[in-house]
Amino acid sequence: MNVVLIAEQTLNGLQLGVMLFLMAAGLTLVFGIMNLVNLAHGALYMVGAYLTTYFFQATGSYVLAVVLGLAGTLAVGVLTELIALRTLYERDHLDQVLATFGLILIFNELIAILWGRAALYSSIPEYLSGHVQLTETLRYPLYRLTIIGIGLSVAVLLWYVVTRTRIGMLIRAGASNRTMVAALGINIRLLYTIVFGFGAALAGLAGLLSGPIYAVQPGMGELILIQVFVVIVIGGIGSIRGAFAGALIVGMVDTLGRAFLKPMLATVISPTAADLAGPAIASMLIYLLMAGVLAFRPAGLFPAAR
Amino acid sequence: MQKIARTALAGLIAAGLFATPALAQQKLKIGFIATFTGPQGVIGNDMRNSVELALDHLGRKVGGLDTEIIYGDDQVKPDVGKQIAEEMLKKHQVHFVSGVIWSNVMLAVAPTVTSAGTFMIGTNAGPHELAGKGCNEMFFTTSWQNDQTPEAMGKYMQDAGLQDVYLMAPNYAAGKDMITGFKRYFKGRIVDEVYTRLGQTDYQAEISQLRSKNPKAVFVFYPGGMGIQFLKQYSEAGLRGQFPLYSVYTVDELTIPAVKHAALGQLETRYWSADLKNPANEKYVGGYEKKHGRLPSFYGAQSYDGIMLIDSAVRAVNGNLADKKGMIAAMRKANFASTRGKFAYNNNHFPIQNFYLLKAVAGPGGKDPVMEIQKAVFTNHKDSYSKDCPMKW
Repeated sequence: MNVVLIAEQTLNGLQLGVMLFLMAAGLTLVFGIMNLVNLAHGALYMVGAYLTTYFFQATGSYVLAVVLGLAGTLAVGVLTELIALRTLYERDHLDQVLATFGLILIFNELIAILWGRAALYSSIPEYLSGHVQLTETLRYPLYRLTIIGIGLSVAVLLWYVVTRTRIGMLIRAGASNRTMVAALGINIRLLYTIVFGFGAALAGLAGLLSGPIYAVQPGMGELILIQVFVVIVIGGIGSIRGAFAGALIVGMVDTLGRAFLKPMLATVISPTAADLAGPAIASMLIYLLMAGVLAFRPAGLFPAAR
Repeated sequence: MQKIARTALAGLIAAGLFATPALAQQKLKIGFIATFTGPQGVIGNDMRNSVELALDHLGRKVGGLDTEIIYGDDQVKPDVGKQIAEEMLKKHQVHFVSGVIWSNVMLAVAPTVTSAGTFMIGTNAGPHELAGKGCNEMFFTTSWQNDQTPEAMGKYMQDAGLQDVYLMAPNYAAGKDMITGFKRYFKGRIVDEVYTRLGQTDYQAEISQLRSKNPKAVFVFYPGGMGIQFLKQYSEAGLRGQFPLYSVYTVDELTIPAVKHAALGQLETRYWSADLKNPANEKYVGGYEKKHGRLPSFYGAQSYDGIMLIDSAVRAVNGNLADKKGMIAAMRKANFASTRGKFAYNNNHFPIQNFYLLKAVAGPGGKDPVMEIQKAVFTNHKDSYSKDCPMKW
């Protein structure tokens, strides 16, 4: 185990973390403010990936494809909110889970009808491929560094919007006391639509960034959604700060666990036993962590103020 | 009173006379289990297309009987697969259950089906448990035993004199079988063996680990969507030129459209390829291309063969589906035009067949890469568990 490898794995963990954060931020906002459990968040991630891949192939310009992909996901998110989710806010969580699970099936089938079941080929533009020589021995893919950069900038931007702007104030107010905000004459429906739309755009951003490294295929959103739920449970449901911390913790624990658990176990138990136990425990690690957090701090590490 | 009895008797005889042809005209029901939804749904889809093509080629009558196929989606979950199999057996009263992509699903489905006295015709998964002690006269497969394909790759890499190989596979029944099979024929140094989560999407951590170990070659097994992700990330990390990659079930007609140039030059071993020259295969591949506008995969070829095997069994007993002994005897002959060419069944009902070295070469006219046979690595290769199978015939 050397320093370069540890540094590289830390970057890998950070990259997975910011990706999870982009997803978790939208999900946790929607839950915290609208009290809506949105299982279909993963579907919006998929929509973002598909639209961007499609526009990139159609226009040949990556920047244009990203803009169109984001705008498209935002539009799909707003439409979904207006058509399907508005009626669900007053219902209990089980109804919301059932309805949004139905939305997952609808979106997956729709995508399969439009683009087929096979995975799409999505590539990165020339100027983002290749590697960056960080130190003499450490080379890291430029695209993954870009993801880290974008993820961290979005985190800063979100922090600014939520804590320093009027809309952020309304969001925070909506999260702590919905009825009061409505009583003060704020158009809470509009606020909900805006929040949901931006949550969708964030999911779309995560989807379009992940397209070139993961497979762009129907059902891609559900693969990441489980981890995202782990993130928001660890971080504290409804809290952006919690989502950020949770995402980085989950990203790091998952990556470092996969990378170093087996060699570490091998120093304690026999190498054959470590071979068997290492991968099994590594894939459980984030769930064990979640169970631990739920046992000792049921509201999560950074619960939203209520 | 006597008259009534006589009339009743005559009625019974008449009914009996009518019943016999009705029995011969009974409907053949086949349950087909695969994964049709989610990221791995593309595999099940290719299988279903091939089953339907086989039905087209048989005039929609398998073994001369009207045929109904009931498709079931296992969602890559053993418990769901078992539940679907039970539904097919009890509700639909199927005569055959076929399909099954994943070994862990197969280990749940096959015993359920065979213990109910129904035929299980596997068309992909070949876990070693079912080839050895757990073999069953009601179980046949048109694919392979899991270890066989990596055995061929192990042999090829051994013969090529490669050393310091790094092994990677998903952590489930087939992943373990693949590595076991590889190591049975590859005797050189192995740097490390890494198992990842089944259905994992990001391999960057494992790729960093791999690079730090600096192996001479890499051998992987990543079927379906996992293969797409692994190949893309391997290529994107710049490892393609650095560490030669050898694989099984990773680069195929279903993953190539999603990875394109990242597959170019990739070596695989397989029992079948779209460019295999025999009349049955030309009919299958040509028919598939015409109907769906692209090449089929081995998953499809096996499923097509599965229907043809059932057809040969039902024909041999003249449509008498109660004659299970007769159908077992017929299937043991493998008397049908297989897409892989003529082959024989081993005592455990797994094929004895050839394995080829395949390479992804540039497609005609700058299109996606296509798999091309380079040479045969094994001819008439038997799996290594058949000796543990108590079945003798």
